[in-house]
Amino acid sequence: MIWTAALILICLIGAYAYYRQLKYGLVVTNMRDYVSWGIYISNFVFFVAISLVGSLITAIFRLANVKWATPLTRIAEIIAVSAIVFASLIIIVDMGRPERMLYLFLHGRIQSPIMWDVIVIGTYFFISLLLLYLPLLPDLKILIQFKEKTSKALNKLYRFQGSFWKGTADQLKISKKSITLLCIVIIPVAFCIHTVTSWLFATTYRPGWDSTNFGAYFISGAFLVGAGGVVVAMYIFRRFYRLEKYITEKHFEKMGRVVVMLALLYLYFNVNEYLVPAFKMKKPEEAHLTQLFTGEFASLFWFAILIGMILPILILLFKKGRRPLPMFIAGMMVVVGAWFKRYLIVTPTLLHPFLPMQDVPESYHHYFPSWEEWAIAMGSMAGVLLVITFFARIYPIIPIQETISEQHEKDEEK
Amino acid sequence: MENNDSSRRDFLVTGLLTALTAAGCSSKKNPFDSYAGDEVKASGETVKLLSVDGEIIEMDKAFLKPVPDLPRVSNSEERKGIEGKKFVMVIDLSRCKNVGACKSACNHAHQLNPGQNWIKVLSMEDAEHTAPYWQPTTCMHCDEPPCVKVCPVDATFKRQDGIVLIDSDRCIGCRFCMAACPYSTRVFNWQEPLLTQEVAAQPYSCETSMPQKKGTVSKCDFCPDMARKGELPHCVSACPNGVFMFGDLNEDSVTNGAETFRFSELIKDKAGYRLMEDLGTKPSVYYLPPVNRNFPYESGLENETNEDKHTHSK
Repeated sequence: MIWTAALILICLIGAYAYYRQLKYGLVVTNMRDYVSWGIYISNFVFFVAISLVGSLITAIFRLANVKWATPLTRIAEIIAVSAIVFASLIIIVDMGRPERMLYLFLHGRIQSPIMWDVIVIGTYFFISLLLLYLPLLPDLKILIQFKEKTSKALNKLYRFQGSFWKGTADQLKISKKSITLLCIVIIPVAFCIHTVTSWLFATTYRPGWDSTNFGAYFISGAFLVGAGGVVVAMYIFRRFYRLEKYITEKHFEKMGRVVVMLALLYLYFNVNEYLVPAFKMKKPEEAHLTQLFTGEFASLFWFAILIGMILPILILLFKKGRRPLPMFIAGMMVVVGAWFKRYLIVTPTLLHPFLPMQDVPESYHHYFPSWEEWAIAMGSMAGVLLVITFFARIYPIIPIQETISEQHEKDEEK
Repeated sequence: MENNDSSRRDFLVTGLLTALTAAGCSSKKNPFDSYAGDEVKASGETVKLLSVDGEIIEMDKAFLKPVPDLPRVSNSEERKGIEGKKFVMVIDLSRCKNVGACKSACNHAHQLNPGQNWIKVLSMEDAEHTAPYWQPTTCMHCDEPPCVKVCPVDATFKRQDGIVLIDSDRCIGCRFCMAACPYSTRVFNWQEPLLTQEVAAQPYSCETSMPQKKGTVSKCDFCPDMARKGELPHCVSACPNGVFMFGDLNEDSVTNGAETFRFSELIKDKAGYRLMEDLGTKPSVYYLPPVNRNFPYESGLENETNEDKHTHSK
């Protein structure tokens, strides 16, 4: 209850900050002509990144017949759906003229990477929603059967959403086919959303963004932060909903291995992204890289590398580190490190333009988010958590039917 | 009239204007139609005028007619541009001493927010032991404009006369163009712009870029509204040292108001170049190198504002 109230309060503060921004304009942020994209955009990239986990756990694992991940699919999918919703919202917040959003459809130009993003994010949202909904149908049937255990209003909702599902052989066949199909389709779409998001940066000339490595770099980082997010959610749901029977230590052990692999992969792309240009030290890159390695952004940069990648790898390489609590800590490190990493991808580049920053007010030379920006960013994060919280209160967070049938299969094998 | 130079310029401009209105008459619309019916009687008061041919003529005051404002062009016309033109600018770095008249004329004409400039006069030093110089930067009006490529709603566009404009009625304020522009030329209206009532009341035009609108991007527009009137951009006519030269590539001529050059010869003789050629943006603004300078670099330092000094000391 306190948790929900706190989240709602943070959301309301964010909403008030946005009201101020609508009233006075983006001047309430500390973005200016040089740093024209700030934490709104880095938050957007973060949300898109974390939403990719839906496709990893649900689709890739399902297609690869990774059975142990079944109880985690719904957690992954609700993270994906809520994160992608708030990614879209935060982009609207960043717009100077949000009321002209429809122009994207009226006057859209297909050669702009923003249009590609609109298309793939929309597609990804609907596929994710379906991948959340279709496996929920058999569970809804179970929930409707246990009328006495749920409230009247909830029962009504369940019936509205799933009363047509009778679990007949025909329905099962269609559902299974559709889920497999969606799992196949969502993988290229997931790759697209984050590759296109990386292209918002990589299609420009700026040092730090002008990189052919960006698509793969973003995707690997996205899988890492998504897996980290799932680990954190696993731990919390397990503790507060007493799900030890379903989310077992074995799940943590296996997710730990997944996170190590993804962190190593992301580290590899980071080496490519920073050390190769650093070897050459081209003039426009030099100012940017030295600011990251030893300058103004050095503490954040090394925090993101050490806490976001290297330390979790070290923890999770050991069997003892793959127990629930250390896993939770490592997962938190990955997620927090990843948030700052997105900030480092967006902002320092904008402070290193090709031509010197002159003839502008002093405030244009720096960037630190204003309270309104923090409030809106925090509000959007609270919003994601709120959606997940409400979802978990209304629906079973562990897929009941799938877990049962998976267990049956296992028993039969024995 | 402050000096001979500017009066001469005014005459040149009037000449161009007459030519333009005459051309207008021959087509569908006669801008003088409304006067046609009026009978004009000589008042007896005469004025001396310089004709287009350079002769001094005397004329009765009553026969003078005010030149009406050119009719407003439609948005689709503004997006197309002026037919047959390909505008270019040449900036002669050997003449610049950071007077800043270009900047203030531009800021005044477009009522920019305090602190924001469409023209920035940068203090440049390419490498440690090379000579410092002053470099005014405008929008480069690239032929391969990165800003236009990324705009999702066609709010910034390239016209057939080479000018890159912004339609503030279309702009959604995503600021992708600002990230894409390697010349950092674009500014954003972070708040409701401070406008005089007169400007705020006038209908928006992408050619005047006025009135500016909150939450949209703006930038140097090469003053196409002036070009339509046959006049030079504000920065060009404001510069006391003739640094800026504006003209038409198709006519192969550029002028700073006082002097006119054959564009191709000027670029050839003075080894003109463009900024960041390696990016492939193909700017419409050419620079003449800061050699044989009219002023030493240091003489421009006194024109620096405190804000600039802060930057240089970094």
